[in-house]
Amino acid sequence: MSLKKLMWRFRYAEWSSLLFIAPAILLFSIFVVYPIFQTIWLSFWKWDRISPGVWVGLDNYKKVLSNPEIYSAFSHSLVFVLFYSLIPIAVGLLITLLLLRVKIRGESFFRAILFLPQIISTVVVAISWRWIYAADGPINSLLTKFGAEKITTAWLGNFDTSLIAVGIIGTWINYGLAMILFLSGAQRISQDLLDADRIDGANMRQEFRYILIPSIKGEISIVLIITLTFALRNFDIVWNATQGGPGNSTNVPSLFIYKSAFVNRYVGEAAATSFLLAIVILSVTGLLLLARKESND
Amino acid sequence: MINIKEKTIAYFVLALGAVIAIYPLFSIVNLSLTSKSNNSKVQNEFFGFYLGNYIEAWQRGAFNHAMLSSLFVSSCVVLLTLFCAILAGYAFALMQVPFAKTILVLLLFGLVMPYEGVVISLYEMMSSLHLLNTYWALILPQVALSMPFAVLWLRTFFSTVPKSIIESASLDGANKIQSLRFILIPLAKSAIGTLATLLFLFTWNEFLLALVLIPSNTSIQTVPLSLSFFAGNRRNSEPPVTAAAAVLVALPVLFAYLFLQRRLIRGIISGAVKE
Repeated sequence: MSLKKLMWRFRYAEWSSLLFIAPAILLFSIFVVYPIFQTIWLSFWKWDRISPGVWVGLDNYKKVLSNPEIYSAFSHSLVFVLFYSLIPIAVGLLITLLLLRVKIRGESFFRAILFLPQIISTVVVAISWRWIYAADGPINSLLTKFGAEKITTAWLGNFDTSLIAVGIIGTWINYGLAMILFLSGAQRISQDLLDADRIDGANMRQEFRYILIPSIKGEISIVLIITLTFALRNFDIVWNATQGGPGNSTNVPSLFIYKSAFVNRYVGEAAATSFLLAIVILSVTGLLLLARKESND
Repeated sequence: MINIKEKTIAYFVLALGAVIAIYPLFSIVNLSLTSKSNNSKVQNEFFGFYLGNYIEAWQRGAFNHAMLSSLFVSSCVVLLTLFCAILAGYAFALMQVPFAKTILVLLLFGLVMPYEGVVISLYEMMSSLHLLNTYWALILPQVALSMPFAVLWLRTFFSTVPKSIIESASLDGANKIQSLRFILIPLAKSAIGTLATLLFLFTWNEFLLALVLIPSNTSIQTVPLSLSFFAGNRRNSEPPVTAAAAVLVALPVLFAYLFLQRRLIRGIISGAVKE
């Protein structure tokens, strides 16, 4: 910015506006901005809240990055990205494509029901699914009914199935959101365009690529941002469904942070991990926002 | 150009989606109404529904406390956030705020930052201020964390108000506070209402902050936290009682959703498109 422009800004700035933004900015600074720096500061110390802290520089990062538990936690996050974000988006796109020409009656009724998983407390969601997956729960009794007793199991308690089982909970939470936003975006597509297209002999694949995707890319990127953040954080569902177990089979970074900060009291390591997690999430959302801006310009 | 077949498939798919969305809830309601033993069935029946699990969950879980405390926390967070965000949103939309761009980028940063990035520091802060396990520890950080969303939402709305309306108000001698109070806020009523609903829902459902910041004061624990402790407690491990507790806790939100869902979903759709 040139000096002239800066001076111009200073002259025409309404300094009284600072009074208007003061309460919001003050609260935001004290309880969001300052804690971010405090987290970074803490990540350079070895501290257990009891004995005095010791400055260890980057040791906590070295420790965290050489801990296999962290890698398994982040790899579980990748699986959750698939189940919480990519599958719901794929399902949403497929259904939107299918419904492209249909004028749906009772749309607001379907919307209200499809949105339900988003408004219910994650704790209630986890409890319901704990029952669905339970050894004597609905899935297993259905399997038994069809003579497949052999594959019945406690789905959340089994090392082989727990990760996917928790993943499916996320698919259930997010597919409705994707459907609702995509369907509402698709309403901007004019029926004339679709009709003309069909006369020209376009098949569904072409419709998908050349009509649907370009017209709802704004919605796609918003759903990507919301669901990716959800997948990478994902504390509530994991905590209330499995607590990361059995073993570490559903452990995720946010659970690792919680346990090391508040159960084992490795405050420095926990702070280092939360800084790393925040960086990962911020770069993913930052890239998506950038891509979105670029395609809008 | 729509044929019957296409239409049938469409409705079938929608209905299937709706059934899947509702099934987990249906299944815990179902579970919560089953009785553990056959002899107690006679006592707590209501139009043929067995309600014993509900009575047990309500008595053991003390959810009336949790609901009041959630109601209090969520209302405080919504009111405080709205007050600060309306002022700031107005300034960012209609005044020449110095360093506006920098501050807005910071807010956007705060919007996408995960709570995990601040939760440890918030715990240390509240602990050194002796505010852990108090309402303050839950209200103040949540107001601050809701601020980016609220300010950006209201800024977007206020900047769509035609400039002529605001100019004519200032010609009539209204100062900034008056034009905000008597012209902009009435115009923004429905946007503010939607925002308030969303903020209330987010705060009501917040779990991690409650778990960290009010870990050991059962009298002010919010609903999600006390349900989580209730379900994790071995003493309450009979699934039907836990299910009843979950249904009880979900009921007020479901009831409110019945009335607010149109506004809520419309808000989310329009917000998603604008942001």
